[in-house]
Amino acid sequence: MKLSALHQSYLNRRSNSFRSPTSVDSSVDGSGKSLIAVFWLILHCLCCLISLVLGFRFSRLVFFFLFSTSSTNLYSAPFPDLPVKHLDVHTLGRRLEPGANLTVASGTTTTKSSRVVVGRHGIRIRPWPHPNPVEVMKAHQIIERVQKEQKSVFGMKSSKMVIAVTPTYVRTFQALHLTGVMHSLMLVPYDLVWVVVEAGGATNETASIIAKSGLRTIHVGIDQRMPNTWEDRSKLEVFMRLQALRVVREEKLDGIVMFADDSNMHSMEFFDEIQNVKWFGTVSLGILAHSGNAEEMVMSMDKRKEMEKEAEEDSSSLPVQGPACNSTDQLVGWHIFNTLPYSGKSAVYIDDVAAVLPEKLEWSGFVLNSRLLWEEAENKPEWVKDFGSLNENEGVESPLSLLKDPSMVEPLGSCGRQVLLWWLRVEARADSKFPPGWIIDPPLEITVAAKRTPWPDVPPEPPTKTKDQMPLSQGGNTAVVIPKQQQHSTKIRKPKRRSKRNKHEPKLTDTTQVSSSSSKRQERN
Amino acid sequence: MKNLSSLSAIILFLFFSASSAEQTVRTERISGSAGDVLEDNPVGKLKVYVYELPSKYNKKLLQKDPRCLTHMFAAEIFMHRFLLSSPVRTRNPDEADWFYTPIYPTCDLTPTGLPLPFKSPRMMRSAIQLVSSNWPYWNRTEGADHFFVVPHDFGACFHYQEEKAIERGILPLLQRATLVQTFGQRNHVCLDEGSITIPPFAPPQKMQAHLIPPDIPRSIFVYFRGLFYDVNNDPEGGYYARGARAAVWENFKNNPLFDISTDHPTTYYEDMQRAIFCLCPLGWAPWSPRLVEAVVFGCIPVIIADDIVLPFADAIPWEEIGVFVAEKDVPELDTILTSIPTEVILRKQRLLANPSMKRAMLFPQPAQPGDAFHQILNGLARKLPHDKSIYLKAGEKALNWTAGPTGDLKPW
Repeated sequence: MKLSALHQSYLNRRSNSFRSPTSVDSSVDGSGKSLIAVFWLILHCLCCLISLVLGFRFSRLVFFFLFSTSSTNLYSAPFPDLPVKHLDVHTLGRRLEPGANLTVASGTTTTKSSRVVVGRHGIRIRPWPHPNPVEVMKAHQIIERVQKEQKSVFGMKSSKMVIAVTPTYVRTFQALHLTGVMHSLMLVPYDLVWVVVEAGGATNETASIIAKSGLRTIHVGIDQRMPNTWEDRSKLEVFMRLQALRVVREEKLDGIVMFADDSNMHSMEFFDEIQNVKWFGTVSLGILAHSGNAEEMVMSMDKRKEMEKEAEEDSSSLPVQGPACNSTDQLVGWHIFNTLPYSGKSAVYIDDVAAVLPEKLEWSGFVLNSRLLWEEAENKPEWVKDFGSLNENEGVESPLSLLKDPSMVEPLGSCGRQVLLWWLRVEARADSKFPPGWIIDPPLEITVAAKRTPWPDVPPEPPTKTKDQMPLSQGGNTAVVIPKQQQHSTKIRKPKRRSKRNKHEPKLTDTTQVSSSSSKRQERN
Repeated sequence: MKNLSSLSAIILFLFFSASSAEQTVRTERISGSAGDVLEDNPVGKLKVYVYELPSKYNKKLLQKDPRCLTHMFAAEIFMHRFLLSSPVRTRNPDEADWFYTPIYPTCDLTPTGLPLPFKSPRMMRSAIQLVSSNWPYWNRTEGADHFFVVPHDFGACFHYQEEKAIERGILPLLQRATLVQTFGQRNHVCLDEGSITIPPFAPPQKMQAHLIPPDIPRSIFVYFRGLFYDVNNDPEGGYYARGARAAVWENFKNNPLFDISTDHPTTYYEDMQRAIFCLCPLGWAPWSPRLVEAVVFGCIPVIIADDIVLPFADAIPWEEIGVFVAEKDVPELDTILTSIPTEVILRKQRLLANPSMKRAMLFPQPAQPGDAFHQILNGLARKLPHDKSIYLKAGEKALNWTAGPTGDLKPW
C-alpha cells in the first residue's frame, strides 16, 4: 500500500502538466505519516535529484533492476499474452511499476477481469519495418480497382470514342508539336481515333511520328503544299479539316469529333468534359498570341495599358475565345480575342517575330457529335446543315457554318468558365533545316580539332572532310560533333560530367566540343 | 386458377428481386443481427419522462462554458434537448417506460477544453438524491427503469485514467440504471451488461461542409492523423494506447502507402474522403470520433482496439463494414490490409455508402429520422417491456447509498 501511495503521487504528478486535478484528496487513501512513508519520501526526493542530474528517470531503472528478471529489449519481439491470473511482477515484463501490478491485481482478480491488461506494454516493431514491394504492388492494384469502381458508379456511365482531327505538315517544329499532341492523346482514357491530315501529301516522316503513339490513326494526305502566310495557312487548314470530316462521314466513325491542332495544348479535363456533348458543343479556348518574344510582349503590354486607359469599362483583355452565357447559363454569344491592340503588329508570314493572332472563331474550340456528319442518322437535329452538300467555295470559316442555327450550340466547361485547352502558334524560321526524322544518320562529320586539349595522350584528330554542314536553326551558332571514336574514349574518361555538360551546351564557340568531355573547359569559358 | 396464381406470384417475386437487385448495385442494405433495425421508428414504442432538475445541473454548467456544445462529449446536452421536444416525451410519469435525468456530468472543462471528472460522482449522487426524494419512481425500482447519458472516457467510472477508473468501478448508485455511454470494452468493469454504446459527438454541419464530389478518386491507401506518443502524460511510451499507436508509427513511418502523421491539416475531412482505409486506433480509451468520421466519409475504418464494443453493435454489423486488427498484429498491418480481397473491400465501401449508416452515427440539430438519437431510443425500446423483477417490494433496498470512496459522499 505504501507503494501505491508512491504510485499515486507519481501519477498525479505526471498528469499535472496536462490536467490539474482540483481535488487530489479523493484518490489518496489516507496513508498516515508513518516512518516508512517518510522514508519513501526521502528516497523519492533522492531519486528525483539523481534523475535531474542524469537527465532521465533513474528510479525506474532501479525498479527494473530490482524486480524484473527478463532482459529483453523494449523494442523487440512481441509480448506474450498475459493471462490475468498470473499477475506476477516478473512475467509482466520490464519496467512495469510494481505498484501498478498490485493495485491492478487487487482490482481485477476480484471482479470480472478484462482480458486486456492495464499497464505498460511494449512497442512492437518488426525486424524490418520497411515496405514490402509485393505488398505495395498489391495495394496499388487495390487502389486502381477502387478507383475504377468509383468511376463506374459516380463518373461517366458509357464513354464515346474521341475522334481527333489534326492538320499538319512537315516542318522543323512539326515533331515538337505533334509529339505533344500525341502524348496528350495517348493519355486519354477513352477510345480514340486520330485523323491526321497532311499538307503536301502523306509523308513517311509524319507517319513515323504518329506510328509511335500506338493509337488508331487515319493518315490522309492532300496534295497542296502549306503556304507561307498565316492567313493562307488557316484557309488551307480549314480545307484539311473538312477533308477529315469527310473521312469521318465515309468511315461512319461514331464518336465525338474534336479538333486537335498540332501546336495546341489540351488538358485531360477537356476530354472528360467533351463526353457531355449531345450534338454540337463549344468550350473556352485560351489564346496565347505571344509566341514568347519578350520584347514584343512588353511592347504590346504597354500598348494594352494605354488602350485600357482610353477605353471604356467593357473592353476585356482576357485572351479567351469561348461561349458567353447569361445568368441562366444559356448561350448568348461568343467571347472573341480582341485583336485591336495588335492591329498592324501581327505576324503575316509564318516565321515573323510578332504575335500570331487567331481567327475570329478557332475550330479547336468546337466539338461535335460525328453523327451530325453522317448521311442518315436517327434523331439528327434539323438545325444542322447536311454535311454532304456543303459547298466550300461559299467560305467556311468556322464550324458554325455547318449549322443553320448557331444558338443551338451547347456551352461546355460550366458555360465556358473553365479554360480547358490553349491555342498557340509557334513556328521556326523559314530557312531552318532539320535532320529528317530527327535522326542523325549517317553521323555527321565536321570536326575541328580542339586547340587546347587537356588529354595529352590523345592525339588531336586531323580534320576529316566535311560531308553536310548542318547548322541548327534559330541562332546561327555552329555546333560541331566529334567523330565517333573520340566520343567513345571521352565517354570512358569522364562519364560523370556528361549530364552537367549537356546543360551548359548552348554557350558554344566554334572550337568547343559537343557531348561529354571537357567540362573544365566550359567553366573556363 | 392455380396456374394463374402461381404465375402472378412468380411475376411479383421477379419484380421484387429486380428492384432489390437494383439497390445492391450502388449500396447494400444493412441487415443487422436484428433485421433492418436502423430504419425503425421508436415513436409509439416507448415513452420517456424527463425530470425537471434545477438548472445548476444542466443549464448553468452550459452557460459557464459553452464549449461543452462542441466537444466530443456534447451528446449528453443534445440528447436532453432532443428529448424535450420529441414525440416520445410524456408529461405523465405514470405512463412512462423510461425516466431521463438531465444532468451534464462532463461539462466541467479545463482551460484547454478537456473535461475533469472529479466532481461528476458527487454531482450524479446529488442529482439522484434529489430525484429519489422528490419523485417516487426512483425508489420503486432503485433506478432500473432510468437511463443516464454518461459519454465520458470510461463512462460511469468517472475517471480518465483506466487504472483509477477500474478501481472506482461504476458509480454504485447507477448499478441498476441503464447507461448510455461511448465507452465499450468487453469484460470491463466500466461496461455494464445492459448499456447502450453510442458514437462520440462529431459536428454534423462541419462534416457536411467539407464534402467533396464522390467521383474524386481515392488515392490514399491508409490515412491517420493524430498522436502516436502522448508526450505530456506518457513520455516513454507504452502506456498510451497500450503501445499500439507507437507501434503503428515505428513500423510504418517509412511506408509510402501509409499517410500517417501528427499534423492538424485543414483538409483533414477532405483527405479522409480520398482514402481507402482510415485507422481508428485506441487512445487512452478505446473509442474515438475517427470512427464516426470514417463512416461519414466512406473510408473503411481499421479498428485497432482489443475487445472494443462499437456503437449500436446490435444494429450495425461492424465486422462487415470495418476491419478489425488485434493490437499484437499491428506490425503486420500492411500485410493484413493488402491481403483483403478486392471484392470484400468494394462490398465494405458499398455498405458504407448506405446513407442510413451515416445518419445513425450523427447527432444532427434538429433531429432527423434514423439518426443517433433515434437509435438510442430504439435501443431503449428493445429493452422493453421491463421485467417484473425490477420493481422492488416495499422496504426492499438494492443499492448501497454509502458505497464508494468517501470523497464522493460529500454534497455537491
